Amino acid sequence: MTPAPLSYRVVDRRDETHDTVTLVLEPGGDALDPFVPGQFAMLYAFGVGEIPVSVSRLGDGHRLTHTIRAVGAVSRALCGLRTGGWVGVRGPFGTAWDTAAAHGNDLLVIAGGIGLAPLRPLVDTVMAEPHAFGRLNVLAGARTPADLLYGDELPAWQEPFGAVTVDRPSNGWTGRVGVVTTLLREARFTPSDTVAFVCGPEVMMRATARALTHQGVRPDRIQVSLERTMRCATGHCGHCQLGPLLLCRDGPVVGYDQAEPLLTIREL
Amino acid sequence: MALAREVALPGGTRIFEEGEKADRFWIIRSGTVALDIHMPGRGRQVVETIGAGSLLGWSWLCPPRQWHLAAETRDPVHAWEFDAAAVLDLCAEDTALGLSLVTAVAETIGDRLRATRTRLLDLYGPPGPQGSGAAP
Repeated sequence: MTPAPLSYRVVDRRDETHDTVTLVLEPGGDALDPFVPGQFAMLYAFGVGEIPVSVSRLGDGHRLTHTIRAVGAVSRALCGLRTGGWVGVRGPFGTAWDTAAAHGNDLLVIAGGIGLAPLRPLVDTVMAEPHAFGRLNVLAGARTPADLLYGDELPAWQEPFGAVTVDRPSNGWTGRVGVVTTLLREARFTPSDTVAFVCGPEVMMRATARALTHQGVRPDRIQVSLERTMRCATGHCGHCQLGPLLLCRDGPVVGYDQAEPLLTIREL
Repeated sequence: MALAREVALPGGTRIFEEGEKADRFWIIRSGTVALDIHMPGRGRQVVETIGAGSLLGWSWLCPPRQWHLAAETRDPVHAWEFDAAAVLDLCAEDTALGLSLVTAVAETIGDRLRATRTRLLDLYGPPGPQGSGAAP
């Protein structure tokens, strides 16, 4: 982990949806240490500010891929970067999806909205060595069909079971409608031999984890990615504290057995 | 299961319409069914889809026993179809069975109510005053 930001140049840019962009970054000089799926970087939009953003693809040398949704000043500035633009990057930070725990097991990858972005490197990893894992189920929920990420990749994630569902269908949408947990009934997994990876809005993760435990998946085999305000990303400032955890250091990926009691703590 | 019959419905089949008498229900074995509601000027709006293992229809259980929504198959559907009156008669004879059945249906209704409430939160919308905190 490098404490000071390193300069990275935008070498590719792709509009995913009306408000979400994927940036591919290349080091302008020194490169950060390699990231693993689930970890995040602090991306600094020069003169605007810094936010945590998970890696959304790995495996291309020292390049970093991040998918960013424009929701505030910093993320809007990052989404507004064009090819050739510069960004400051710190990292890698945080805990990773524990894919080793999933070896030999069925996998449930369950995403809500932009939560699919941190899960994409995990899906890549699993699909690169399918014989190491059991059945892969990729379930994704989105607000509308126009908000779905990685639409051109989703069909490749359909086997043995994958599905997307939206809250608000548009005319012509022939896919599923409803919350992502409704897809669990059709997913192909053996609860006692399943590891689940869940990322999305916290309410969605709680509902999903409860549904999974109700079906017999052990809480310690459910991994969730938690978000709080991350400022320093080094475990010093305390902004991201959740109970005993500093999520920039002890998260964002946390076992549901540890996260469950913390998710009901009310904020000040 | 003696009260059930297997049915195969092609994709695009209108299974029931809003306001009609709710005298049957189905357990979907494969395929997907869309529940919709007609909105003046906007046509049919799909509010939810349900798939394999799901109960299709619970309006038969309590008055006024009319469908609140309409249902259409999205793709070929195989299902067990039950005659609601026969099932209700059986439940009246065997109250333990009746309680089990009502509990199972209530679980489905509860799941759909929770899902509907969750969707009312517009979870995937941008963060902000109604979202998950300050927008970064």
